[in-house]
Parts: sequence; structure tokens; C-alpha cells
Amino acid sequence: MARLQVESTINGDTKEFLCDADQSMLDVLRDELGLTGTKEGCGTGDCGACSILVDGRLVCACLMLGVESGGKSIETIEGIADKEGLHPLQRQFLENAALQCGICTPGFIVASKALLEKHPNPDEETIRYWLAGNLCRCTGYDKIVRAVQDAAAEMSHPA
Amino acid sequence: MESYSYAAPNSVSEAVALLAGNASEGRQTQILAGGTDVLVQMRGSGHTPRTLLDIKALAETNRLEVGSESIYIGSAVPSAVINENTELQVALPGLLEAADLIGSTQIQGRATICGNLCNASPAGDSIPAMIAAGAVCDIATGDGSRELPVEDFVTGVGQNALQPGEFLLGLKLSMPGPETRDAYLRFTPRTEMDIAVAGVGVSLTVIDGICTAARVAIGAVAPTARLVPDAAHALVGTDLNEQALVAAGEACKAAASPISDKRGTAEYRKKVVAVLCRRAIALAHQRIQGA
Repeated sequence: MARLQVESTINGDTKEFLCDADQSMLDVLRDELGLTGTKEGCGTGDCGACSILVDGRLVCACLMLGVESGGKSIETIEGIADKEGLHPLQRQFLENAALQCGICTPGFIVASKALLEKHPNPDEETIRYWLAGNLCRCTGYDKIVRAVQDAAAEMSHPA
Repeated sequence: MESYSYAAPNSVSEAVALLAGNASEGRQTQILAGGTDVLVQMRGSGHTPRTLLDIKALAETNRLEVGSESIYIGSAVPSAVINENTELQVALPGLLEAADLIGSTQIQGRATICGNLCNASPAGDSIPAMIAAGAVCDIATGDGSRELPVEDFVTGVGQNALQPGEFLLGLKLSMPGPETRDAYLRFTPRTEMDIAVAGVGVSLTVIDGICTAARVAIGAVAPTARLVPDAAHALVGTDLNEQALVAAGEACKAAASPISDKRGTAEYRKKVVAVLCRRAIALAHQRIQGA
């Protein structure tokens, strides 16, 4: 059957793509748009590896249809850094060694960015609750929490 | 081979016409709101291609209105939006804490409480809370709309009262006065992101220290969430003393018909539902006293 034509804003750029009615946003990003930074972990909304922002709202790309992104603004891990360099969260994940295998990292960074937009100075409990939908099987989470705290401090008091 | 198709109509009449048209042709339609259950089910075995009817482009389903007399929560409004509403935080803290227990930040960005209701899991957390709050379903039908109390909506495990050609537009609730508050408590082995072993939703009205109205609903301890009128009877007319709370808890226990599974035995669930009932009543009572 005919594929659906969709236009949405991806990391600030207008993109047109074709997708199947049942194709997930995750598969659209990875297979149609070549944005492979967003990862598939579970495919059922449990692990958060495919976290993206849709009109500023944190969601799992695996639980959204590509066609649902029509007219919406999507932000993925590829849109986090700017021309100046890495985002403070990306820098602090590196500084704190808050990753090992790295599969969960794009999801954590996107989710943390959404957190810091809502709570610029979150305490540890707020960070852990907010990131409860992001699973990491390597780090034990402590380094991730510290990276988010350090990024929050850096963003509220730029050096 | 048949494949999925997608439609996002802009009007309720178009949506109803699509549902009716598909029904007459023998083609299945899947209503899509937040999709957090639907997309998982689509990947499971036994889900055949069908029309995905996205209801998020409808003005009616996006309504979130908190008035002085009444509240309307449209079926496309995600939990995160409800939970951020400061008026609802005051008016319906129990319903909001139930919605806030379902899934992660990511899930709440998409999931809707109306979807939780339509999905009709015995353990759906928001269902006992909306029964306790006295919500009424606003259902779009072929010739307009009809209303159904939320406790009559779920008819079995994964089954609801929607007829072919109908879909849920939203929930209507009365705006509770300061003497009325709700609470929802559940028990899970983990503190976050788990499925309820038992849950209890309570809404109380207390005037001059005496309970004048109550609604108590239990979840995850029967094929559907259930309103427990006997628990309410045990509370009304009392000052919510220990004896009344125990009687209400026993009524919940008597109304429960749980299964045994990996999360808990039937006996355990019955015991827990009585404890949760007492605690939820105490919490709702505290909220009224603090209001």
C-alpha cells in the first residue's frame, strides 16, 4: 500500500519523509532519516533508550508512530550539541565517566535535558524519579546522577 | 496482504463515520490516543492489521477544563498534563497520584487515563481512583453521545462497554468542595514502575467531623476494578474512627475476588486490600482536615 507522506521539524530542520502507517518514530528516525543516535533497547517503552522530545515533551520513540510526528517539533540526541560544542550534559557525562557500553546514554541525555528544563536545580531524589524510565545495566546509576547534578550546577552558574 | 492504515480526523462525526464504515465492512479499528498500550500490543502476536484511528486531532478529546462546578478530562489528554495542572492537584489529588504511578516520565508524556480505562487491565491504577472520584464516561456514538458511570465501563479483563462505532471522548467529574477529597494507594513489590498487587481509591466528604458521603473502589483484586458500596456504608455517619476504618477494610476484603500469581497470592491480596483501604481513608481524611 502507499506509504504516508509526513512533514515534521527534526532538530530545527523541516524534514519530509515517507513511512508506513504502523512504523514507529524510532524506526523512522533510524531507517528513514539516518538518525541512528536514538537507540532501540526494549521496543516496549520500558528502557528509555529511545527517549526523544516531541514539542518539548519527553517520550519513547518506540511508542509513537512516525506518522504522528506530522507538524510536530522533534528533538533527538543529534540536536543536543550546538556549533559551539557539546552540551553541558554531554560534557559532564564524559567527565564523570557516566557511561560504559553507551547504548542507554543518548536516552539518558535527552531525558536529563528535559529534566533540567523543568527543574534547573533538581535534588538527587528528583533526578532518580525522573530518570526511573531510563535503564542502564553498566554504571549502577550513581555516576549518571552525579553527571546530571554537575551539569545542572554548570548551567545555573556558567564558568 | 492487508496492512495497517492511519487516520486522524478533525471532527467527531468523521471519526464515528470511519468507525461505522469499518464495522460494516468487517474491518477492525483501533482507537489511538497515547499509544503506550496500543503500540506494544501491535507488536505482539495475534494483532492483525487494522485502521489506526488517532483521536488526538479532535478538539473534544483535548479538552481539559476545570470549572467551579465541573471538571472535564478529554481522552487525548496525557497524564503529564493532568499532573501539572495546579487546580487538579488541589481538587483531585487521589486521581493524580494514581495517574502519576503509571509508568515513567516518558510514558506519562503520552499515556492517557482514558486509555488506561479503555485498556481495561484489572490492575489499571487510574481506574479505582476515577471510580472513587465519581467520574462519568462521555462516549461518542453514531447519533451523538451517551454517558456511563465509570464503574460500569469495564466489563471484563481487557473488555469495555464501548459498542461498535463508539469511542470515549472524555471523563466528566464534579468539582469537589473543600470538604471532599480523594486518595489512591496501591501496593507493589518495587517502589516505582511496577504493576499493582492491590489498589484502593477513596473519596470522602466530611462535614463537622462526620463523614457524610464516601466512595471506595478496589483494583487488581478482581477481573475489574469494583466500587464497594459496603465500605462506603461503613463510613457514612461515623467520625471515621478506627472501628469504621476496620469495617470498611473488611468490606473491601469481602468484595475482592483476586487470583494468585507471581505478584501475590489471593489470600495476601485480600489482606493487603483491607490495609490499603484503611490507609487511603486516613489519607483522604487528612487532606480534608488540611484543606
